[in-house]
Amino acid sequence: MKKKVISLVLIAAMAISMVACGKSDSKKSDSADAVKELKVQVGPNPETLDPALNSAVDGGNVILHAFETLLTVDENGNYKEGQAEKWEVSEDGLTWTFHLRDGLKWSDGSDLTAEDFVYSWKRVCNPEVAAPYAETVLGMVKGYDEAMAGDADALAVTAKDDKTLVVEMKNPCTYFEGLASFATLSPVQKASVEANGDGWATAPETYVSNGPFKMTEWVPDSYITFEKNENYWNKDAIKLDKLTFLLIEDPNAAYSAYQQGEALMIKDVPTEEIPSLEGNEEFFVEPIIGTYYLNMNETQEIFKDEKVREALSLAIDRQYVADKIMQGTYTPAWNLMGPGWKDTDGSEFMDNANGGKGYISEDYDKNLEKAKKLLAEAGYPEGKGFPTIKYSTNDAGYHIPLAEYLQTAWGELGITVEVDKMEWASFTPARRSQQFDTARNGWVGDYSDPSNMLDLFCTTNGNNDGKYSNPEYDAAMELSRTTTDAKERSEALHKAEDIVMADNGIIPVAYYNDFYLMSNKIQGAWHSATGYWYFMYADIAE
Amino acid sequence: MAKYIFKRICLAIVTIWAVATLTFFLMNLVPGGPFMSEKAVSPEAMAALEAKYGLDKPLGEQYLTYMKDALHGDFGQSLRQRGRSVSSIIFSKFPVSAKVGGMAVVVALVLGVPLGCLAAFNRGKVWDHIISVIATCGIAVPSFVICTFLMYTFGVKLKWLPTLGLTGPANYIMPVVALAFYPMAYIMRLMRSSMLDVLGQDYMRTAKAKGVSQSKSIFKHALRNAILPVITYLGPMMAYTLSGSFIVEKIFTIPGLGGQFVSSITNRDYTVIMGTTIFLATFMVIMMVVVDILYKIVDPRIKLK
Repeated sequence: MKKKVISLVLIAAMAISMVACGKSDSKKSDSADAVKELKVQVGPNPETLDPALNSAVDGGNVILHAFETLLTVDENGNYKEGQAEKWEVSEDGLTWTFHLRDGLKWSDGSDLTAEDFVYSWKRVCNPEVAAPYAETVLGMVKGYDEAMAGDADALAVTAKDDKTLVVEMKNPCTYFEGLASFATLSPVQKASVEANGDGWATAPETYVSNGPFKMTEWVPDSYITFEKNENYWNKDAIKLDKLTFLLIEDPNAAYSAYQQGEALMIKDVPTEEIPSLEGNEEFFVEPIIGTYYLNMNETQEIFKDEKVREALSLAIDRQYVADKIMQGTYTPAWNLMGPGWKDTDGSEFMDNANGGKGYISEDYDKNLEKAKKLLAEAGYPEGKGFPTIKYSTNDAGYHIPLAEYLQTAWGELGITVEVDKMEWASFTPARRSQQFDTARNGWVGDYSDPSNMLDLFCTTNGNNDGKYSNPEYDAAMELSRTTTDAKERSEALHKAEDIVMADNGIIPVAYYNDFYLMSNKIQGAWHSATGYWYFMYADIAE
Repeated sequence: MAKYIFKRICLAIVTIWAVATLTFFLMNLVPGGPFMSEKAVSPEAMAALEAKYGLDKPLGEQYLTYMKDALHGDFGQSLRQRGRSVSSIIFSKFPVSAKVGGMAVVVALVLGVPLGCLAAFNRGKVWDHIISVIATCGIAVPSFVICTFLMYTFGVKLKWLPTLGLTGPANYIMPVVALAFYPMAYIMRLMRSSMLDVLGQDYMRTAKAKGVSQSKSIFKHALRNAILPVITYLGPMMAYTLSGSFIVEKIFTIPGLGGQFVSSITNRDYTVIMGTTIFLATFMVIMMVVVDILYKIVDPRIKLK
């Protein structure tokens, strides 16, 4: 009897729990219809999709599918016509004129004119909008300072007519093509922005765009769906009906979505899976313009000694770090500026640096010998008398394994290193206010002009966390900003790199790569050296 | 009863106020801010942002303004997800967490209570041992291990269940199981020990002596008394489960409140931290009051004072 009662209770329990699970959601997945939908993962939920407000690569990857800038980047990294069908620069390099295509439209069908660009660019300079990239993308335009002070109309961007946009510079900006293709300078629709405030970029109804796709749904932390924009000038070249960005935060979740075929491309591959992916033809490791480097706090007496800085740099076995610690997902850095940065004549900046060879020798054993000698010359033979130093880092990716490696590497010099592991949101302000001895740092370029990274080490730059300072360096960078002569500019930029590398102002460790999984069913998509994926012209093979 | 509820509500308001005040000042003590990013924002832009959200004012003034607005039901705008209000974030995410959590509560109760009884009735026998192994696992194994195990086994290897989001009924199975495992194990243990306690009571022997049928004595006498500790546990358990788990939501990519709560802290999204804290505190307090009332219904001997 007792058993019978219990069995009954148990059966009831099972039944109820089945019902509880079963009646959950009635939405059906539409896998089998004819709609050509590509699902990819290029990062977690973007904080904003407003082109002016975005400062993250994750957001940029989504924005560049919704909006089209004046120029765009092709699969070879060259700038080509976007909304502008041609453009020219005056001889003094101070006036840029962009000619828009005929019949440009917004995704809601209304006309898009040069005035829309004027509005959008002035909006970027509006201090109340507080666009994080304002200075980077428009700082060289005449009237920028006045605009930032509140007089938006001072910005020298004008619409000569509906199809002609004229930009006047205060300094010649030879790399303005890179900026004209940068997501921050996308046009936004005045009517929608003014009617909806900051909220315009959060809902599909108000997110009016001008690019290959238009947003149809955004479920934060879940997915964003786009469909082909029928008002896009080049709509016939778009083969996908739908493009969905899966907003997955956890790399393991992204990886299982890829394995299950729910995503055909994922950007976040779990690092512990990398050894098993070697040789897999769907696993890509591609360079992006960026360098993983270390800061020394040069406001501290000990790091003002150039010999100490050089010793710390030479004691690192970069090949070992890239191959073993970072499992081949990084490339050892012998220079500050790695592959992908473009010299003023369009050639590889790295090939022309230091006579074509690396600033740091690849012979680790010799480097280590030299490092020990330098430290002795600095007054710390075998590290005696050298204070214990802290290495500050946040905990993500390979940061902690590298920190542990540095304990060993600098330990070879007799230096004791303590690792100060910090939470990301605390780490950034601590680093920015020089509350560290040594710290990890890194930069990924927004556009391929070397000034984008070299500017960081100017004395007053907000990202100069180590407070490296050399007047000669500042002078070289100033020259690069003011000269109109391409050759002179190139020399100035190379001189700057020579100086910072000779000073060991920072310690480059490795060049960044993007490593990602992409199914070979995806055709016609590409990845740029600035870390963006272009799916607009992609197709899915059966 | 009405007086009791009134008293509890007053106490609840004080509790929520205390939680909100503590959170406000603690969160401002932690280094970092909402507008810190890898690439330094220009000082002008930073100043403009701080002015826009009132972060340039003294902390005391910020606190008073926030409390005043909150009393009027205005929890402000998210500082990081520009253009989204805190209320819209909470009310779009809480139902997602509550739905998954609600199912987990049902599963935990529906499996936990009968299995706990089963163990008690079979004390020292095979069933008891099996159930105690399950219960120990449920309490000892952290949820990320359960999630990863489920995902790897049923998602990646066997490909039986989808692992991503909540697009169909099958998507709910793994997150619900992962969420329900711990409370189920806990309920099983509570139920087993309290049932054993009750079975040894004199009134059970009396009922048996009077010839009351076994099923009646179990349902009418034993279960009703033995379930009281489970009800006590139900309040915090429901508040905890319905408000969402950061780990489960992150692993199964569920857009719920649990994940939002944690990410708002790492992002220093002050208004979202405050909004979710106040919301969750309120929810917790309400659950406690509900449990007290349930208590009274199940056990008339209890007086609510």
